[in-house]
Amino acid sequence: MTIPNTYPRSDGRKGIRNTLAVVYLVECAHHVAREIQLPFRENGVHLLGFGGCYPNDYSFRMLKALCTHPNVGAVLLLSLGCEGFNRRALLDAVRETGRPAHLLVIQENQGTRTTIATGRAWADETLRAMASAPRATMLESEIIVGTVCGGSDGTSGITANPGIGRAFDRLVSRGATCIFEETGELIGCEQIMASRAATPALAEILTESVSKAALYYATLGHGSFAPGNADGGLTTQEEKSMGAYSKSGASPISGLLKPGDVPRAGGLYLLDVVPDGDVRFGFPNINDNAEIAELIACGSHVILFATGRGSVVGSAISPVIKVCANPETYRNLSEDMDVDAGRILEGRGTLEEVGDEIHDLVIQTAAGKPTASESLGHQEFVLGYKTFEPIGPTCHPSYQ
Amino acid sequence: MNTIRLSPLDNIVVLTQSLPSGSKVLIGDTEYVLGETLGLGHKLAARNLRRGEKIIKYGAPIGSAICDIPAGSHVHLHNLKSDYLPTFTLDAGREFHAPPKTAP
Repeated sequence: MTIPNTYPRSDGRKGIRNTLAVVYLVECAHHVAREIQLPFRENGVHLLGFGGCYPNDYSFRMLKALCTHPNVGAVLLLSLGCEGFNRRALLDAVRETGRPAHLLVIQENQGTRTTIATGRAWADETLRAMASAPRATMLESEIIVGTVCGGSDGTSGITANPGIGRAFDRLVSRGATCIFEETGELIGCEQIMASRAATPALAEILTESVSKAALYYATLGHGSFAPGNADGGLTTQEEKSMGAYSKSGASPISGLLKPGDVPRAGGLYLLDVVPDGDVRFGFPNINDNAEIAELIACGSHVILFATGRGSVVGSAISPVIKVCANPETYRNLSEDMDVDAGRILEGRGTLEEVGDEIHDLVIQTAAGKPTASESLGHQEFVLGYKTFEPIGPTCHPSYQ
Repeated sequence: MNTIRLSPLDNIVVLTQSLPSGSKVLIGDTEYVLGETLGLGHKLAARNLRRGEKIIKYGAPIGSAICDIPAGSHVHLHNLKSDYLPTFTLDAGREFHAPPKTAP
């Protein structure tokens, strides 16, 4: 299957959207960035950024990966002027890719009003130029799809998650790249998962990544389990894990990634989202959108989001497809959902049919069809502080 | 059919629809009456379970029974605990955020 009208980028990747990203480099520049974006928010201009004042290698790496993501066609950076973020290095990195990029420092532009006016003028002009961007056809093997679950309940592991697993198996068999994540939600199934690793060395790395998550959560006092999970019938972390794990499907696991690592070959990858070293900066990911941002930083063009209780979020940069596990939730929140996977429980479809529907919707979304959260204007984005060691060669056996 | 056994190894079943108290549920060949209203996705014991026994779902252990659980009854926070991490609920959360107790 081929995908028409995608956007070729200088690094060889192709985008399925042509977004202008307005990026604040500290919370102090957030309001100005949002005001610049506001008149253009229906025109593919997205708002994202980093709130912290102190520099952090992870947050720089994340914003660099996001600003040079294939779905991004141009970047406007907003700095207050005194924050620690290396704005010049980020601007240079984006310009090296050939994308239009501009930096506005509020303290050097006479403050709020002038910076907003200058930013809007740049965005307006850049959007006109972006309208005539060259187009290319993308192969299914070029697509990268990430998956996350949020607002899980007792139905997630029966319908939406295994449905996504089937779609992943189909994508991987056609050479595409699929990424699953949240090692804290794999606590209890690390041995089963490790048995699918491409090499014994990778199996050990996968198991270690889950042990690291278990230690992290034990130190923080509780795991990746929200009160709504229990209301929805889930009792323990390992029960939630087994359900979450089924999103990965049945393909062999080709490698382990950390946020910002873009896989260089097709296959199924685990994204390790838990920081390395001592427990510092708090919870690994404070909510689902922090995980989505990391999947996108690994190159995901599309996100498959499984929900039982009913999450409504979308994301900046890459479209989010909402796969609803619970038929009661679907009836309640149908405008926010893309796939009614819970129909399996009511005898209105099979897991295979839901898997096919999810797969086909990935292709249609890549070809430009807006998802429910995109149509509703959802562009949530969260980025915090973390510390990671770079991955070693054993994390990518297929590259050796 | 209002319950599903996800793996033949499982000792619990999952409700496939929300049911009011007093509803009849069929687990294997035996009919039980629900003693409480339960939502879709909640678990019932598929047989009598002993205290300390592993609860099996998807063919994998999801924790241990903290008391004897009769067949057909609700399996949840009151009788099942994780073998890994304590489960956080809003009620437990109030305790979680309470100031540390100091010795008198």
